[in-house]
Amino acid sequence: MSENSARQSPAFRFMIYVLLSLGACGMLLPFAWLLRSSLCDEKSVIKPLESLGDFIPPGIHPGNYAEVFRAVPFLRYLLNTVFITICVVGGSVISSSLCAYAFAFCRVAYKKRVFYCVLATMMLPGVVTMIPVFILFREIGWFDTFKPLIIPAFFGNAFAIFLFRQFFMGLPFELVEAARIDGATNLEIYWRVVMPLSRPVIITVAIFAFMGTWNDFMGPLIFLNSQERWTLQLGLNSFMGQINNQWHLLMAAAVMVLVPVLAVFFFLQRYFIRGIALTGLKG
Amino acid sequence: MAREDRRDFWLFLSPWLIGFLFFGAGPIFASLLLSLTDYSIFRPPRYVGLQNYKELLAGDPLIYKAFWNTLFYTVFAVPLGTAAALLVAMLLNQKVRGLSVWRTIYYLPCVVSGVAMGVLWRWIFNPEIGLANALLRPFLRVFDLPDPKWLLDPNLAKPAYVLMSLWGIGGGMIIFLAGLQGVPTHLYEAAEIDGAGRWSKFWNVTLPMLTPVVFFSLTMGFIGSFQIFAQAYVMSGRGVANSTLFYVLYLFDQAFRYFRMGYASAMAWVLFGIVLIVTVIQFSLAKRWVFYAGGES
Repeated sequence: MSENSARQSPAFRFMIYVLLSLGACGMLLPFAWLLRSSLCDEKSVIKPLESLGDFIPPGIHPGNYAEVFRAVPFLRYLLNTVFITICVVGGSVISSSLCAYAFAFCRVAYKKRVFYCVLATMMLPGVVTMIPVFILFREIGWFDTFKPLIIPAFFGNAFAIFLFRQFFMGLPFELVEAARIDGATNLEIYWRVVMPLSRPVIITVAIFAFMGTWNDFMGPLIFLNSQERWTLQLGLNSFMGQINNQWHLLMAAAVMVLVPVLAVFFFLQRYFIRGIALTGLKG
Repeated sequence: MAREDRRDFWLFLSPWLIGFLFFGAGPIFASLLLSLTDYSIFRPPRYVGLQNYKELLAGDPLIYKAFWNTLFYTVFAVPLGTAAALLVAMLLNQKVRGLSVWRTIYYLPCVVSGVAMGVLWRWIFNPEIGLANALLRPFLRVFDLPDPKWLLDPNLAKPAYVLMSLWGIGGGMIIFLAGLQGVPTHLYEAAEIDGAGRWSKFWNVTLPMLTPVVFFSLTMGFIGSFQIFAQAYVMSGRGVANSTLFYVLYLFDQAFRYFRMGYASAMAWVLFGIVLIVTVIQFSLAKRWVFYAGGES
């Protein structure tokens, strides 16, 4: 619980708000700079700031955003990213919730031990597995396709399984028992009883999968080659190499890559924050 | 019923088991073997014994550079970030108005992708027209100092990365805030009865109760920042005089630029070893300073 606020002096409370505001400025300033640069024209974007007033550009140029679509195949990147993200989100929600159901509701003596094994795999170093997985996918001809980015999501993810299981353990067990007495199979209970009650955790897992996939760089960088299959992150990276001081266009592209993630975060914040806090409390 | 459950248990778990075989256990084993070979993916692998590890330890000056760069970044970014995150969480825990708004603002940078972060901060650190120097210039002029070159200056490139990393303290802040809200009120009340002031309450109640979260945050922070990649790849690459050649960046170059899969695998194992050793050290030191309220150590 919070410390008692009744005895805090006004000066102390004032200091708290001053410090918080300074920190918040530090957090928001880069975003403001990003947005400002994305609306500048070619000349004003590379003009050094002489005074505070220069922060507001002489003219606002929203046309930069349209220009990005002409300068690079941005729409193609966007569609590729959306497609990959939808597949990964669907795949991880379904596969991870199925695994978590087994851990939460199947009456098997050794399930707890197996669950700890699953958790232990979270420690597996991604850097170590990366190279063999790359060779594997290359050998079976999946290089330069979306498959290496999508298919693994359908095989469950330890963190998502953990989140689902924690939630399932809190569901009223009588509901599952009642369905069993009615002769429902586990698959029916999973689909008709458990999943409809699990909206909050489905959203939490979906958000994590969305953010992870949308923002992923290493995966697409390794597995995708042809430009027509690139994702937004790959496109943004390569755009930076070819801009020639047209920072306003690069920043406009960065804003567009960011907006979906920011929007999801804004509107689904409480599901997200809950997931983050949970990661810390288990440790 | 129980038999059905046993069957369904393994059936429902089968996706994960198959995935673990192909993307977890199998690759780990393969990587160990690969690290003993010379393999360029275009020709069949050739067994070379411990040659890769020997080269890594004795014949490759760049790997020491990469290790040093990564260590420098981690040693500054992780403790500073943890302290800053704790400070913000403590401030937010003082019954401030608009808690959710503050929390959103501080968390916002954490949803930014590594690439976008690299692009944006490269622009911020631009010596002539970037935001960082625009803000600093008035102060620099007072002392008649030249503009710092940030990423273009081998001495300032890594500190620039540390600065950027402080933008992402929001994740730690949320975990600390959850931890602070879990400190029982009666401990504060007891401390007040004993006449404890604000500082003494922080030092004797809040901090001991938070040590598990601080420990978690330091450990995860270390593991994460030791593997910094996307930001570095985008922001400055290897940097001037290899000043921002970080370990995973170098590993990536070896594997996917020079196609030295065997050598890169050996590098990955050395990285894993380093992370493991440091984590074990952290865990063993933790017994001295981490306090678990439940009594178990």
